[in-house]
Amino acid sequence: MSDIVIAAENLSKSYLVAHQSAKREQYAVLRDVIAREARVLARNALDFVRGRQIVQGDQVEEFWALRDVSFEIKRGEIVGIIGRNGAGKSTLLKILSRITDPTAGRVTLRGRVASLLEVGTGFHPELTGRENIYLNGAILGMSKAEIRSRFDDIVRFAEVDRFLDTPVKRYSSGMYVRLAFSIAAHLEPEILIVDEVLAVGDGDFQKKCLGKMEEVASESGRTVLFVSHNMAAINSLTTRGILLEQGRVVSCDCTERVVELYMRSMGQRDGHLGRKWGAGTHTRICEVRVVDFNELPVTYYIPGAPLRVQVTFETDGTRGMSLEVFLADARRNRIGLASTFQFHGTTLPEVKGRYQITLNLSPVWLAAGSYSLDVATSVVNLEWDHCVECATSMDVKFSNPLRRSWNFQQSDGFGSIALTCETPPEFMAV
Amino acid sequence: MSVVPAELVKSIPAPNNASGVPVEPSDNTYELVIEPGRAERHYWRDLWRYRELFQVLAWRDISVRYKQTVIGAAWALIRPFLTMVVFTVIFGKLAGLPSEGTAPYALMVFTGMLPWSFFATALADASNSMINNANLISKVYFPRLIVPIAAVMVAFVDFLISFVILIGLMAWYHFMPGWQIVFLPVLAAIAFIASFGIGAWITAFNVKYRDFRYIIPFLVQLGLYVSPVGFSSSIIPGEWRLLYSINPMVGVIDGFRFCLLGGESQPYWPGLWLSLAVAGFFLWLGIRQFRKMERVFADLI
Repeated sequence: MSDIVIAAENLSKSYLVAHQSAKREQYAVLRDVIAREARVLARNALDFVRGRQIVQGDQVEEFWALRDVSFEIKRGEIVGIIGRNGAGKSTLLKILSRITDPTAGRVTLRGRVASLLEVGTGFHPELTGRENIYLNGAILGMSKAEIRSRFDDIVRFAEVDRFLDTPVKRYSSGMYVRLAFSIAAHLEPEILIVDEVLAVGDGDFQKKCLGKMEEVASESGRTVLFVSHNMAAINSLTTRGILLEQGRVVSCDCTERVVELYMRSMGQRDGHLGRKWGAGTHTRICEVRVVDFNELPVTYYIPGAPLRVQVTFETDGTRGMSLEVFLADARRNRIGLASTFQFHGTTLPEVKGRYQITLNLSPVWLAAGSYSLDVATSVVNLEWDHCVECATSMDVKFSNPLRRSWNFQQSDGFGSIALTCETPPEFMAV
Repeated sequence: MSVVPAELVKSIPAPNNASGVPVEPSDNTYELVIEPGRAERHYWRDLWRYRELFQVLAWRDISVRYKQTVIGAAWALIRPFLTMVVFTVIFGKLAGLPSEGTAPYALMVFTGMLPWSFFATALADASNSMINNANLISKVYFPRLIVPIAAVMVAFVDFLISFVILIGLMAWYHFMPGWQIVFLPVLAAIAFIASFGIGAWITAFNVKYRDFRYIIPFLVQLGLYVSPVGFSSSIIPGEWRLLYSINPMVGVIDGFRFCLLGGESQPYWPGLWLSLAVAGFFLWLGIRQFRKMERVFADLI
């Protein structure tokens, strides 16, 4: 049997979109309005007789949500699908999960498909948590016996034991989402399609969800298709990426390269991720990225590895300037400082021009959570020049210093840096 | 402190495990091909496979139906009962229409009322079922036919509850049904087929053309007076009776009266066959139309 579980060939999907023609505004004469409405009515009636779709407006246009999309996905792969809004991601998932039919092309699927297009789909507010587990499980394609056998796991994961017999309409939104994801996470199809589940819930729960998805994919060799705008999640979860743009496949490659391409295309369109950083008197910070060993930008940091921050800046050649990078935790408390001059005695180049520096910072055991980096230039010991707050951010998905503790998280409230011993702790009787 | 048991703690994942992971052999290594306009080969098998979803959806609608009401399922009794009282007074007492044989007028009205209110509820619920479940249809795949069938099923439960009133009425009038009652399940099945067929047909259209949302309540209201609910179909002139039986509920209601009121009412056979044929035709048409349009529901809803 072939190892390819999803094969798409020249997949296309078109929709009819209608506009109001510009003429509508121009002739506000009753006779014209009546004449036009009559025409629309006649057209609608004709459409009805022919069995076609009724569209509002008087100009109809064909819109291709997907155009000649081809790709292959192997068993056990976790594939991220990325692209801007309207690039066709959701349409693609809808076709794969058989919700809608393609206009042309074909897909071959080997194995059961379950889609998680939005958590909580099919929850009924009047029913209790217990009843909704059965309802939602059945909707997602589980049999009653399967649900029964996983019932306890589902409840434990969702942490709603006390409210099992309360109608879900009285649940807090957090409980609602937890329960919904928990049901979906305990599905066991061969192909799992996940769309933007992680857009909801608090940070901790998102982390938990990511962990669960990873577990599902890595332990059982299932194939996961994952759509998200959260590049950190895409980066840390997926092995391969498909970049869609205006309904076409732009790139289908390893995740890092696809994400890089996507970020670059976003950058081209929006400037620096939609922000204007301005400039200082002598210098201008142009770009700040967290990069891995291959100089590819990443949005995550693996604790215990060197933290590499790449800064691109311009200077007018003023002497005695320094570059500082501040590390701030999720609450924006600054917890770390890196400085070229204060710690290393290095000043910025004294020749006007554009430069790049990669600070190779020593490993830190950061707690799981999100961090942001502020970058600033200064005239040493005198004044700040160009300060960029939140120049970039990164996520620590999992922190397990020396691989023996629990997942050390910022939100635990024990700080954000694990202080580990250089030598194993030993007790001596005195 | 949120200390997670050691076995749940995952170390930092190895970057790639795309291949070489053992996969348990699964029983369904079937291939599924998605293509435009491809007829579903396993449609009926799929429908059968999703029977649990059907049960769950029907159960959901039943259990939600009377939540947060004071008298609960008693609503299923009160509505047909009050309609029966009104019809008995207006048609039986004021208009002085004849009953069937010696059966009390109220009983005759109620035997017509039973299948009719089932048909009306089923039709109204089924035709709106797709739109009411729009969030499901645009998010998850399952054979869509489940939705209207579940809606009809829910109406069927109400129908069974209403039998309580019938038994009460019969006890009140000391009326014993004859041996013909054995045909009752057959007639219930015909009523089911008629309401499901028409329901599926209208459901399919309702998704695309919402006009039907306004047509259905009107049709149902009109049908109450056109069908022989408040009166006996024997008052229809003989030469019109066959034409009258094009309404599939005419045959069903006549059949119900035959079963429950016994030999007092004679079945009008050509009419019954015609009603059955019309119901069957609508079943075929409804399923055909539904399956044709099913694939685009998610785009239209």
